Parts: sequence; structure tokens; C-alpha cells
Amino acid sequence: MSEIADKVKKIVVEHLGVEESKVTPDASFIDDLGADSLDTVELVMAFEEAFSVEIPEDAAEKIATVKDAIDYIEKQKAA
Amino acid sequence: MSHSAGSALGQRRVVVTGIGIVSPLGLGLENVWARLIAGESGIGTIASFDAAAMELPAHVAGEVPEGPKEAGALTLSDWIPVKDQKKMDRFIHLGLVAAAEAVADSGWVPQTEDDRCATGVMIGSGIGGLQTIYDASITVHEGRARRLSPFFIPSALINLVSGHVSIKYGFKGPNHSAVTACATGVHAIGDAARLIMLGDADVMVAGGAEAAVCPLGIAGFSSARALSTGFNATPGKASRPWDKDRDGFVMGEGAGIVVLEEYEHAKARGAKIYGEIVGYGLSGDAHHITAPAEGHEGAFRAMRGALSNAGLTPADIGYVNAHGTSTMADDLELDAVERLFGDDARTLAMSSTKSAIGHLLGAAGAVEAIFCLMAIRDNVVPPTLNLDEPSRASVIDRVAHTAQDRRVDVALSNSFGFGGTNASLIVRRV
Repeated sequence: MSEIADKVKKIVVEHLGVEESKVTPDASFIDDLGADSLDTVELVMAFEEAFSVEIPEDAAEKIATVKDAIDYIEKQKAA
Repeated sequence: MSHSAGSALGQRRVVVTGIGIVSPLGLGLENVWARLIAGESGIGTIASFDAAAMELPAHVAGEVPEGPKEAGALTLSDWIPVKDQKKMDRFIHLGLVAAAEAVADSGWVPQTEDDRCATGVMIGSGIGGLQTIYDASITVHEGRARRLSPFFIPSALINLVSGHVSIKYGFKGPNHSAVTACATGVHAIGDAARLIMLGDADVMVAGGAEAAVCPLGIAGFSSARALSTGFNATPGKASRPWDKDRDGFVMGEGAGIVVLEEYEHAKARGAKIYGEIVGYGLSGDAHHITAPAEGHEGAFRAMRGALSNAGLTPADIGYVNAHGTSTMADDLELDAVERLFGDDARTLAMSSTKSAIGHLLGAAGAVEAIFCLMAIRDNVVPPTLNLDEPSRASVIDRVAHTAQDRRVDVALSNSFGFGGTNASLIVRRV
């Protein structure tokens, strides 16, 4: 797993208070990890802060799973 | 339904069937009450921040002790999951802990949708999420507005204790919140009782929660010259209602929550009953934003209103839990009580429990109403600590230093708030 994936996972565990084993790539923040809409806003902010990237609102809306987040951040970092 | 012994407030009688308290004397009703009666003080040097280093004039407050529940102290993660704690200001934390205790104590678990819809919540706060607002202001000031937590607003809003309690327990009845500065707790209980009397609910979880022992809270009340500053080296001596050396109030944090219930409803399920809410009086000073009127005539009218409401006379009252904040206004309240009680003042016991726990602002009235119910249960009145030498004499026994065994069937609690708002509540043995 990439360094980015590791860090994303850690942030999700910390913010949503879920078991690490549940944070699989396909896990949906809302459907599988118990987040509500405000939690996802906060999560995206935490990603922005941790990776020094900007995630515009329309992009943030498309980030539904752990993998979505990792892919988006990896793309930004590669650009 | 009519009850010959019903209170004059209305036909439906309202009783207290659950109590929860979090205070500078810890948590757990029996623990807090036992320590209060033993004459212990919950006031100390502020531990949550360095008031001296911040050059704040007041260094003392009553903070909720941290530690294991068995020791009567608070470990927040026992009550609220860590991930949820950051979505709420501390006043909501404390309110939720006291509400959990009160609801558990009452044994009320609504089983049907009708029961859930007949169970409401009215928990207020004087100030709300002050520390949360302070932190958020800094974030915005630093140009980081986009980093502001989406939980900022719901963390700071005063009615969110009521909101969280309703969500946690599925209480779908009236969801309301009183905000009247230091009179909040009494207004919340009094108004919630009336909602039951009027048939809007059968059960109400009511009270107040406050957590303003933070730099902005201490600085704000200091600036208004309201806080004690002369006892920083001897915190336990700082809150001294009616004493000649008093020099301001000592801020406390905590929450007091009661479960109010329609009497027949409580009886039908065999609930334990602490007492009945029989009188409630309210008034406004129309005088000054922070100072009471001459002779505290607003307090006089609130107390008189509560008595008339209850269909009682001063002779019926065995104990008054005074507002008594350890400020110059203490003697004005004394004036009003003496005037109202006349000759009956000679047999009255009146104390200020703020001497032991400080002034819990929006939670004060609720916590003090709870102490009135306990005084009735145990026939013992809590002491006024540090009342070494009263600034003026009175025929009223102000229970200096040590608790007293006394028959108490009816007790009255006073709370007055900035803005010139006054409220009195009368509770009676059932």
C-alpha cells in the first residue's frame, strides 16, 4: 500500500472512530463507515490539510469511498 | 382529570422522577449531595488553563473533577465516544452526562411511538459554546475559514443539548431550550413543567448545562467586575455569600437535569418520586442590564408569584436555596426574602450552595432545584460555606459553615439573570 493510502486510512480511522480492518478500499464513508454528510465534509478538510492539496466541492462530492479519496489525492500529487 | 390536592398551576400535577448532576463536587447525585452536606468545597485554582499567565484577574473556579466514575469523577470517553466529542462543546458534553444519569435514574424508557412523542426535552444554557466560538474565531482570523469544522455551529448552539438528548433516546416530544443567563435552569424546569401541565407532553427532560470556565468566559465576567479576585491564593474561601469580605462570584461548570413527569403517569409505572413542582414565578426588573433593582423588588415579585401559584404562604416554606452569588447583590436578595416572609423569616433556613460549587450560570437554577429536592428527601439543609461574618445581620438562619437537620416539606429556589430576569421555583414533598 502506498504512503498516501496508509495516511488516508489513518485519517479515516481517527475521524470516524472505526476499526482499521473496516477501512477497505471499497468501503463507503456513509454506507459502510457510519459517516454523515457533515463527517464527510470534515474528512475532506482533513485530507486537504494532511496532503496540502485543495479539493474543490464538486470533486469532494464524488469522493464516496476510501479508494476514491486515495485516487484523487494520488492524482493531485502526481500532477 | 382533576385532583383535589393538585397544584394551583394547573390540573395536571408534575413530579420529579429522575435526577442527574455533574458539578465541581463531581458526578453522581448521592456523591455530590454527600460532599455538599459534609461542607466540602469544589472550588480550586483553574486547572484547564493558566489564568495567571494570561494575566486574568481571577484564578479560581469550580471545575468538574476528572477521574473514574467510581470515584465520583468524570471520564468523558465513558459517556461520549471520542469521535463524537469534537462535534460538541463541553457544555453539551456535561449536559449529556447529566441527562444520561437523570434518564437512567427515572427508569423511563418509552416503548411506543405515542410515548416517545409525549416525551420532550428542555435543556438550556446561559452562554453556550464559548470556547468553541473562541477557537473558531481564531481559525477564521488566521485566514483559514475554509478549515472551519462543519461541526462548529452545531457544537456552539445552546439548544443542541436538547437536540442530542432527543436523538440519543428517541424523545420526539417538544424540543426546546431556555436561555436566560443565570436564571436559565429555573426557567427550563418551570417552563417544561408547564408544558406537561398544559398537555403538550407527559414527560420532560429539563435543566441546564454550562461550561464557561474558559479564558474568554473568565475575561468577560472579570471585565464586568463580577468575579472574585481577592482569594486567588485560597480558592476554597473565594465564594462567600453574605460574608462581609465577599468580592464577586466564582464561576463553576456543570449540569443539572431532572426528569419531570405527570403525576398519574409516574404513579402508574411505579416510578420513584423526589417531589412535586408546585410553584413557579417569573418577573423582569426593567431596571439595568446587570444590577438588580432597589430592594430586589423583581426577586420579591418572582417569589411572591411562585407562592401564589402554589397556593402557599411563606410559613409553608422550610428552606430557600438563595441565588446568593457572593456579590453585593446578596444583601438585596436578603432584603426581598425578609420583606416577603415577615415574621415567618424567623423560622426559615436559607443557604447558598454556590459557596461550595460556585456559580454554574445557566446550570445553577437546575442544580439548586435538585438540592432543594434532596433537602426535602433527607430533611437536611446544605450549608453556606465561608459565612464567617455577615455584612449585615438577619433573623434568617443562613446555615453558616455546617449543614443542619431540619424538617423540610417545601423548598423554594431563586435564580436571577443579567438583563433583569428573575425566576423562583417551589418544590414540595409528595
